[in-house]
Amino acid sequence: MPPATNITTPRAVQEPATELLKEHIAAERGHDAAPNYADYAVVAARHPWRWVGTAIVAALAAAVLYSLLTNPRWEWGVVAQWFTAESILRGLGQTLKLTLISGSLGFVLGFILALMRLSSSPLFSSVSWTFSWIFRSTPLLVQLLLWYNLGYLYESIRLGVPFTSITFAEFQTTSLISQFAAAVLGLTLNQAAYSAEIIRGGILSVDQGQIEAATALGIPRWRRSTKIVLPQAMRAILPTAFNEIIGLVKGTSIVYVLAYSELFYTVQVIYNRTQQVLPMLLVATIWYIVITSVLSVAQYYIERHYSRGALRTLPPTPLQQLSAFFSTHATTKINSSKGQP
Amino acid sequence: MSLATTQVATRGAVAVRSVDKSYGNQQVLHEVDLDVAEGEVLVIIGPSGSGKSTLLRTINHLDKVDRGTISLDGELIGYKVRNGKLHERRESEILAQRTEVGMVFQNFNLFGHLTALQNIIEAPIYARKIPKAKALARAKELLARVGLADKAGAYPRQLSGGQQQRVAIARALALDPKVVLFDEPTSALDPELVTEVLEVIKDLAKSGTTLIIVTHEIGFARDVADRIIFMDSGRVVEQGTPNELLTNPQHERTKSFLSKVIEPAFNI
Repeated sequence: MPPATNITTPRAVQEPATELLKEHIAAERGHDAAPNYADYAVVAARHPWRWVGTAIVAALAAAVLYSLLTNPRWEWGVVAQWFTAESILRGLGQTLKLTLISGSLGFVLGFILALMRLSSSPLFSSVSWTFSWIFRSTPLLVQLLLWYNLGYLYESIRLGVPFTSITFAEFQTTSLISQFAAAVLGLTLNQAAYSAEIIRGGILSVDQGQIEAATALGIPRWRRSTKIVLPQAMRAILPTAFNEIIGLVKGTSIVYVLAYSELFYTVQVIYNRTQQVLPMLLVATIWYIVITSVLSVAQYYIERHYSRGALRTLPPTPLQQLSAFFSTHATTKINSSKGQP
Repeated sequence: MSLATTQVATRGAVAVRSVDKSYGNQQVLHEVDLDVAEGEVLVIIGPSGSGKSTLLRTINHLDKVDRGTISLDGELIGYKVRNGKLHERRESEILAQRTEVGMVFQNFNLFGHLTALQNIIEAPIYARKIPKAKALARAKELLARVGLADKAGAYPRQLSGGQQQRVAIARALALDPKVVLFDEPTSALDPELVTEVLEVIKDLAKSGTTLIIVTHEIGFARDVADRIIFMDSGRVVEQGTPNELLTNPQHERTKSFLSKVIEPAFNI
């Protein structure tokens, strides 16, 4: 075996590596080696069209903002006057309450429906399919009116043994189904039908091997579904689920047909009285934007939480980015001040 | 990494009796009969689609057999004998039986959202109802045994393939199974990571736990196996000690398979 050379040499000249030859090779290599650019400054590529695009967008945004602020018919004074009025805040509270209750009940029911649909029992899976089919095929408006008018179809609701006269309790339907109950029922069942499909999609996106491993380890079925599969399905579920919840926030406005005093109905009542239609709609709109913004921030952090383990390292949060920005700038200041005593 | 010290008791005799299994109209196991003794290390080799993995999956009831029985230490897997009939067991009983049989998968199948430590304690706590503190202590001990004491808090995606498979082995051992099934444990690994996993399995083989290993690593099979069986088209074609089967195969099918698998370069 030839002695090992510590510089990489072309194969053909590797054999008789005497000192003299090594020098010769080094000289040869130095001669046709690539020039060294280490000291050159790097000039970033120019993107002129990006600047043109930025200018156009900025001009459009400025025009929209200008018209919003200067057109007196938006009546910003009226908006400000009503924005935090007690009736509006009460309506807002009702909107949030409806969203929270129907949203959470809807997703819990949706999760159970998704498990039923994926179960091996043909009864469970067809019941779940039928549920989604019915509630996705009928307009929400019709469902709400139907629930509210249930008293017309069934005057009373009786708890007892079916097909006998044994009765434990009996209620007047109209007293049982208030506007609120009808609204929650309608929104929840409708939401459940849609979220069932979203959750089912999420569950299907989880690798079959995860379920197999949990099964092989003897982990009980419910825990397998809720603690092994669901957390991993969340990554696929969350973006669409937040779409649904944001849709639901605004979708609650549909219960105005039941004369239920949530945000949108309250606004309507007010502008019917004061005739200030546009500013009042603006009040409602701004509140919907506020809720949606809060939800979007929540979405970011919740998605981040569920990406644990899916990403090798979690990206820094905007707050962390901000503090990193300030700390690095602070340190460069310190460094530069050290540089110039 | 010594596994030999902790487990001395030998247990985990598996008996497979004329098992048939089909997927759709394709029969993957034909009348398979197999006895694995307590503490034996059995290696199953054979071409893809020969039914090796399916046989493993029937042993812990991940796949139900169509005909025949499988028993572990005399207890039928998935069934109970009563009044001359085989009654299907309830799910809770099947889950309890599965905790007696550990399984290590080709693709590791670690729970991606849980850390290495959480992966290991999940089954002891929720399938065996072992107190959390005890499960944690045992899990740490197991991680140390597979040489990953410092990786307890790491998520699977932060680990190399070889490390993931070692965690998966620790997870399977956390239930103190009578039998551990390995389904091609090194097939998804880079060649240089194979050794670290095989070392762990070799150590485990000395511990007296019954092991059934499906593998394509013939050199490893020769080292570790008490007995090797060769399967083809859902049948056990031939079996014997590593020496008998690998150096002097009787069956034509075995000879042609081995000639393809054992290349001179790999014949260490």
